[in-house]
Amino acid sequence: MRTLIFRTIAPYLTSLTVLFSVFVLLRGHNEPGGGFIGGLIAASAFAIYGIACGVSPVRRALYFHPMTISGFGLFIAGLSGVLSVFGGVPFMTGLWTEISVLGVQVDLSTPLIFDIGVYFVVLGTIANIALALEEREED
Amino acid sequence: METAGQSLTLFALFLPFLAACVAPALTRAAGHNAAWILALAPAFLFVHFAGFVPAIADGSTVAGGYDWIPSLGARFSWYLDGLSLTFALLISGIGTLIVLYSGAYLKGHPHQGRFFSFMLMFMGAMQGLVLADSFLTLFVFWELTSITSFLLIGFDHTREASRRAAVQALIVTGAGGLSLLAGLLLVWTATGMADLSTMLGSGDAMRESPIYLAALLLLLGGAFTKSAQVPFHFWLPNAMEAPTPVSAYLHSATMVKAGVYLVMRLNPVFGDTVAWETILPIFGGATLLTGGLLAVRQTDLKLMLAYTTVASLGLLVMLTGVGSEKAVEAAVLYLIAHSMFKGALFMVAGTIDHEAGTRDVTRLGGLRAAMPITFAAAFVAAVSMGGLPPMFGFLAKEEIYAALGFADGWTSLLTLVAMAGNALMFAIGFAVALKPFIGAKVETPKHAHEGPLLLWIGPAVLGLVGLATAIFSMWSHEHLTDPMASAVAGTAVEAHISLVPHIGLPLLLSGITIIIGVAIYLGLAPMRDAIARLLAAIGWGPDKGFDQTVRGTISVARAVTGFFQHGRMDRYMTVTFVVIAAALLVTPAVFGEFPDWPEFPQLRFYEWMVLLIGVAGLGSVLAASNRLTAIVSLGVQGFAVALLFVLFGAPDLSFTQFMVETLSVVILALVMTRLHLSPADHRPTGEKTVDAFIAGACGLGFGLMLLRVTQGVFDETLPQFFANHSYVIAHGRNIVNVILVDFRGLDTLGEIAVVMVAGLAILALIRIRFHRPEAGGSIEAGD
Repeated sequence: MRTLIFRTIAPYLTSLTVLFSVFVLLRGHNEPGGGFIGGLIAASAFAIYGIACGVSPVRRALYFHPMTISGFGLFIAGLSGVLSVFGGVPFMTGLWTEISVLGVQVDLSTPLIFDIGVYFVVLGTIANIALALEEREED
Repeated sequence: METAGQSLTLFALFLPFLAACVAPALTRAAGHNAAWILALAPAFLFVHFAGFVPAIADGSTVAGGYDWIPSLGARFSWYLDGLSLTFALLISGIGTLIVLYSGAYLKGHPHQGRFFSFMLMFMGAMQGLVLADSFLTLFVFWELTSITSFLLIGFDHTREASRRAAVQALIVTGAGGLSLLAGLLLVWTATGMADLSTMLGSGDAMRESPIYLAALLLLLGGAFTKSAQVPFHFWLPNAMEAPTPVSAYLHSATMVKAGVYLVMRLNPVFGDTVAWETILPIFGGATLLTGGLLAVRQTDLKLMLAYTTVASLGLLVMLTGVGSEKAVEAAVLYLIAHSMFKGALFMVAGTIDHEAGTRDVTRLGGLRAAMPITFAAAFVAAVSMGGLPPMFGFLAKEEIYAALGFADGWTSLLTLVAMAGNALMFAIGFAVALKPFIGAKVETPKHAHEGPLLLWIGPAVLGLVGLATAIFSMWSHEHLTDPMASAVAGTAVEAHISLVPHIGLPLLLSGITIIIGVAIYLGLAPMRDAIARLLAAIGWGPDKGFDQTVRGTISVARAVTGFFQHGRMDRYMTVTFVVIAAALLVTPAVFGEFPDWPEFPQLRFYEWMVLLIGVAGLGSVLAASNRLTAIVSLGVQGFAVALLFVLFGAPDLSFTQFMVETLSVVILALVMTRLHLSPADHRPTGEKTVDAFIAGACGLGFGLMLLRVTQGVFDETLPQFFANHSYVIAHGRNIVNVILVDFRGLDTLGEIAVVMVAGLAILALIRIRFHRPEAGGSIEAGD
């Protein structure tokens, strides 16, 4: 699989795909997309990178162990639900706020944080499986 | 009742837990001197609860609480009367001394901070247990004491004996906890009473209730396991594997008294019946004699004390079971006395162990010159344990004999049992307090000298308090004994016993007890051998029975697991899909719910094309000559389905389907290459036919189910709800996403947790193949 063309293109392809996955994640609330699909896209990006250039560059690039990323995702997803408790409303009630960034209205919300958590869980778990399987091809 | 006091009590209930949180950091910073700071927490509790003494002595009670789960009617509430107050004072008072003692006992231990933390957590749990009012609060704290006890017994977790003792204690007291829960729920559902204070005010309601006996047995199941009554007594001596401060605190002064506390708490509403006055004295009396006799058998100071603790708990249960005002009074006096002298003696045993390097009474002697303060403290405690003046234990013993007497055959029997038990405890108490100190100097593993202040301050203070409470007996009766006894008896009780002996039957019985006790003390060595021979002859005990039960449970579990989890992937898959096919085909056949024959679909040309691609994919799966081609062909079919989703207005679904198909193909291909399977499928035709049949049945079943579902009447309520509310209340136009992250967010949270755990499991599975266990007897690989 390690052809010259594939290896040359893979980093750009991966970067663009990860960028696209973030885009898909953020548009999810109003357009097709969301954390689950975004996480799948990002995971496939890393899987492609792993097939093209080997697993250790991917692990270096990710820096954290994929399962750590997954655990972090689950943590912030749970945390986003806890936030509402401090507002005196039941667990996981959506809280919304609007802030203005450079004159553009941006909606921030606990469901968004939750969706980001889903993104990380799916990304971490799927990338973990793919990388672990690819790694065993090398030994 | 004012709110400030209420929130202060709530703070007091949680203070030990807060202290437990800071203990490790504090110990890292201050070393063993952290004990001085940490002891402030129980000291604060002691002062706080001591403030209630005058009010409680006047006969009032203090209650407070907060709503916990209002929808279930459950409250977090507490209730202070004489009984809980005396317990609270014992727990916090002895707790303060124990924290100080632990500071020196575990000085320099790498996990001293953790130890403090466990200890304070236990303290909080115990405090909560005795103050709890609502059943739920009681149960939660009850279980917390079992769990913290487990942590403390297994503190030295590198030793197998500790781990076994910890697990044993957890299983026995945990099983009792379930029994308690069942009993409380039974009372709750049958009578509607959800807290102790309501129950205490219910008069004869419980005694006349049809569930009385069932509830009593279940609640006693909890009390007897916790308080180590025969035949559940075996876990307590084993728990001596814990560091000595734990034995002194949990397994003599406080936790094991939780069962006695419960029995005393129930006495006003459950007592005074035939069942109560039969069950409790029989079990209590049997425990008293068993504990006393087994104590003689031991040579380890801690084990001797542990068995006398078992005996004392039996005595307390027996006295509570007798139930007369005098007997209750005696039980209360003995409980207070026991907490003080037994806590002190355990600390002394620990000090001897710490300084001399052994706890074996046959290898100790002549330490009096080296450890004078410890000797004095031990002696004072033994005097109280032996029931001699001028200690508090004397008052307790006189009252026991005054309460029992020889009124009829039954009480005469109990009196004889009490005398035998007391004589045995007298002998053991002095054996522990005298034998290591008197006689000729014996070489000990460590060169013994007096322990530091932190080691002897605990037993010394307890000794002095035991003396003071006896001398000023009028004061201690008025403030501690009477309120507690009144709470236990359910009516106002007044004690008059003092150090001035009244010539009469009790004094005579005391004298006889002392004479027998001295005789046992002198003949301890031959008696020890005799009991050892007797036990060897019997050769079986509940401790062995526990092991047999555990082993039996495990082998049954292993047999069941071996039957269902044989480790053959092909059989798992066959069973799974046969069940799916059966569920899909048999169910509609039984209920006559097969779909009608569908009309021929009016599709557009490109829709036909997509369908054709899907069918072509399937055809190529069947025709594929090697596995890799089959996997990719399956992906083609999946993409065709994804295209169908786009065409029929489910972009989200199709998006996900595309990604899942892609990743499935990649991962399946990776798995296939890793498994080193032969590229083609070489199974015999017979097996292939069976699998093809199962696959066909599954496909047919799903197809029929989908047809049937789409032919039914479509309920518009939910789609309408989401369409109407998605943007209005959840600010999102993508209904699918809004459902996932907002409306049904809790489901998603559960699902992503499953995804993560599955990821961990897969990682473990992939790694396991590198080093498959060869000698793992427990894993019987099927292939």
